[in-house]
Amino acid sequence: MSTTASTQDSGGARTEVQREQLSDVVVRFAGDSGDGMQLTGSQFSNTSALFGNDLSTLPDFPAEIRAPAGTLPGVSAFQVRIADYDIHTPGDAPDVLIAMNPAALKTNLGELRKDGILIVNTNDFNKRNLIKAKYEANPLEDDSLEGYRVIEVELQRLTRQSLEELEIDNRSRDRCKNLFALGMVYWVFSRSLDPTIAWLEKKFAKKPVIAEANIKALKAGYNYCDITGVFQTRYEIQPAKLEPGTYRSINGNSAFSLGMVAASRRSGLPLFLGSYPITPASTILHELARYKQFGVTTFQAEDEIAAVCAAIGASYGGSLALTTTSGPGLALKSEAINLALITELPLVICNVQRGGPSTGLPTKTEQADLLQALYGRNGESSLPVIAPATPADCFDAALEACRMAIEHMVPVIFLSDGYLANGSEPWRVPEVEDLPDLRRAFAERPAEDDDSFMPYRRDEKTLARPWAVPGTPGLEHRIGGLEKEDVTGSVSYDPENHERMVHLRAEKVARIADSLPPLEVTGSPEGGPLLVIGWGSTLGAITGAVNLAHAEGLPVSRVHLRHINPLPNDLGEILARFDKVLLPEMNSGQLASVLRGRYLKDIVTLSKVQGRPFSRGEILAAIRQHLES
Amino acid sequence: MSEQATLTRKDFQSDQDVRWCPGCGDYAILKAVQSVFPELGIPREKFVIVSGIGCSSRFPYYMDTYGFHTIHGRAPAVATGLKVSRPDLEVWVVTGDGDALSIGGNHLIHTLRRNVGVKILLFNNRIYGLTKGQYSPTSEIGKKTGSTPLGSVDAPFNPLALALGAGASFVARSVDIYQKHLVETLRQAAAHKGSAFVEIYQNCNIFNDAAFAYMTGKAERADANLYLEHGKPLTFGADGDRGIRLSGVGLEVVRVGENGVTEDDLLVWDAHAPNAALASLLAHATPPAFPTPVGLFRAAAQPSFESQVVGQIESTIEKQGSGSLESLLRAGETWTVD
Ligand code: SF4
Repeated sequence: MSTTASTQDSGGARTEVQREQLSDVVVRFAGDSGDGMQLTGSQFSNTSALFGNDLSTLPDFPAEIRAPAGTLPGVSAFQVRIADYDIHTPGDAPDVLIAMNPAALKTNLGELRKDGILIVNTNDFNKRNLIKAKYEANPLEDDSLEGYRVIEVELQRLTRQSLEELEIDNRSRDRCKNLFALGMVYWVFSRSLDPTIAWLEKKFAKKPVIAEANIKALKAGYNYCDITGVFQTRYEIQPAKLEPGTYRSINGNSAFSLGMVAASRRSGLPLFLGSYPITPASTILHELARYKQFGVTTFQAEDEIAAVCAAIGASYGGSLALTTTSGPGLALKSEAINLALITELPLVICNVQRGGPSTGLPTKTEQADLLQALYGRNGESSLPVIAPATPADCFDAALEACRMAIEHMVPVIFLSDGYLANGSEPWRVPEVEDLPDLRRAFAERPAEDDDSFMPYRRDEKTLARPWAVPGTPGLEHRIGGLEKEDVTGSVSYDPENHERMVHLRAEKVARIADSLPPLEVTGSPEGGPLLVIGWGSTLGAITGAVNLAHAEGLPVSRVHLRHINPLPNDLGEILARFDKVLLPEMNSGQLASVLRGRYLKDIVTLSKVQGRPFSRGEILAAIRQHLES
Repeated sequence: MSEQATLTRKDFQSDQDVRWCPGCGDYAILKAVQSVFPELGIPREKFVIVSGIGCSSRFPYYMDTYGFHTIHGRAPAVATGLKVSRPDLEVWVVTGDGDALSIGGNHLIHTLRRNVGVKILLFNNRIYGLTKGQYSPTSEIGKKTGSTPLGSVDAPFNPLALALGAGASFVARSVDIYQKHLVETLRQAAAHKGSAFVEIYQNCNIFNDAAFAYMTGKAERADANLYLEHGKPLTFGADGDRGIRLSGVGLEVVRVGENGVTEDDLLVWDAHAPNAALASLLAHATPPAFPTPVGLFRAAAQPSFESQVVGQIESTIEKQGSGSLESLLRAGETWTVD
């Protein structure tokens, strides 16, 4: 659908501008780490969210805080997909690419859709930058950009010009060129400048001249499009029809942090976080450190081990205890996690997975800590593992992790990843009274003549032992890492007791499956030729791919796992109903090996370990292939 | 509870059989702790003993208090989390030279640096007992053990110098068999508000017997020990006529009445000095050049970690009120879909 409107060009003549309605668009901002691309992308996302679009973002930045300027490793990008309907992924190929320098063009052009819009900052295409980006010839001058709608803009010159009157140096002027570019994108997508202006005013409240410069540049970019007619078309994406309610845009780490505060309130237990800074988990520590009003204690420990140990100490004392980390940190914590396991103390361990092994790819996403979470500890050590599926789901999954930990007196691993942590989407804010009630009473002082307190006497249903916190008169007892005698909790080296305790601890975790809701199979729940099963952050890409497959009439079904341990009771039966099972995961096939062993069912792995999420296209191709063969 | 007034040593003895080797110095330390605790006027349920791994770390099982036998080296970290989240508890850490200074060195120094209000009793026997006799980070150079058949080549830690270097606000030393001295030292530690670090020389009669005989032996005691008493000159020796004085930036052993030295020349011990420099000099006063100082090296009043952490939370709540979850969830920019 197109309508025509008109604007004034610089000469005052009327240019015809097409208005086109789009259902969904993918925009990627790419530039040098110092170019402010994350900020620019977030602003575009927020403005679109406030407008009512559904959206999904994919920030992609280098591990170095500032890699050498202009180089390929220094490129930072932010992709956002906005739509007028419910979407699940940040999109495969961008429709619009903003390239602030040659390096950004080089690393991102390959993915731009054919016929896509390419906005390039020509001022940065000088000899030095071309060499840094390893270009032999200037791509703006040969035919390498053929097939794209190229908009060449002298971003630096125009930004400087628009800020001429301000008393700031050229360096400060140049730092506003991302806002000029954002202004242009706002014009193209018919967006209001107000939310970003309000944000800039707040952010630079103490530096009004910087706020003014940024706002001027933003407006200049917008007006530049209005006046010059560089674009013939403006696009409109209508608000999405989302479920009624109050929404906000949220990323995974933030949703998790709020989920933990909510769990603290709903359990009546003070929240204690023991943490050591590590990418991409640190923002949880930053966020929770701000929530002192909610009685949250955050402890930045001397190392990963101290972080988890302090959390265990706090749990022992009756706090809702949390430790946050990423893969290498989880490895360091494993001995202490087993201490929480054998002392049967509640604890949430949040692992925001990143590319491994070793230091690996700190800022990239991966799902390769699954086996570490399940098995990476000495001895028989089964503990619940839960994997959130979307950024907003990190909120609900945090509450669920706390429920399992408190109800069953067990450490729980929360397996998020870099994609969920940094990616954002609209979140329908829940009503507090709809959140689960997580209250559980501490063990109480026994009657005067009763000295029979048994720290390992279990609840019949959950098998949880009592939570007896120091300070309670009459319950003085000792716990520790040595094997416990059943019921009494005294140290025991008895062989049969050890075997019984190993089984009891495993059974306690296994019983959690009884409290899980049935799995939802999309497609044909009764069975069919192909089931795609996923876990964690691949939900969006899998859902997108299966929806596309259904549009093609392909007989494929889908199920998603949030609980990795214990596995849902109905999973085995569901797997049995399908001829073939395809499992996309961002590792070399870790969950597939678990499922094969457990259900003796063949599982086909679709593996991707590139530090980036699956695209719908990749999964759709695999669906087609497996339905054909 | 009124029960606390009548607590006795027996109230702190658990029903577990004590399983250290007969003759082990740990028995004497257990006895000292069990006699100090009832005196403190603190209800029994408020005591928590946190330990790591090693012979000493069995300690919590023998105390009828709350107890947590954790993992190797990590007791200070567990204790930190407990104390910060529950400042009302009386948290004591029991550890050894391997546990605290080798595998757990990092946690020890950071706990002391932060001044977390826990009492740390380091049983120093200069050997690994539980793993059967390997040299430890406090073993003297040349120590022949199963893992060092030709003798160890690495220099030992000086635990008190380390603690002072880490900024510990309370540092003391005692000896397992100096029962009265040990009890008095533990009392002082109990009264201290921040981290209290007490090194206790402990004889492991199985793997490192008589390691401290040079100072604990009947014949040697008077000349080999320097008892630190706040406000008193540093004197020692059977006749009490030997002493310590400052000489340049170091210490010197002198004899009163010799070379014109009078009692006024001796260093008067100030355990409460805000500056830890003199305490450090004393920590480095080691035999054979010096008698071994025992007693209180340092007790400086400094705010505890937990009081400041809790203080930030309390003052925030006081200023802004307790947070509303409803508004927190709706913070930032929101929009409504009808
Ligand atoms: S090995 Fe040494 S330290 Fe350990 S219990 Fe025996 S005597 Fe005591």
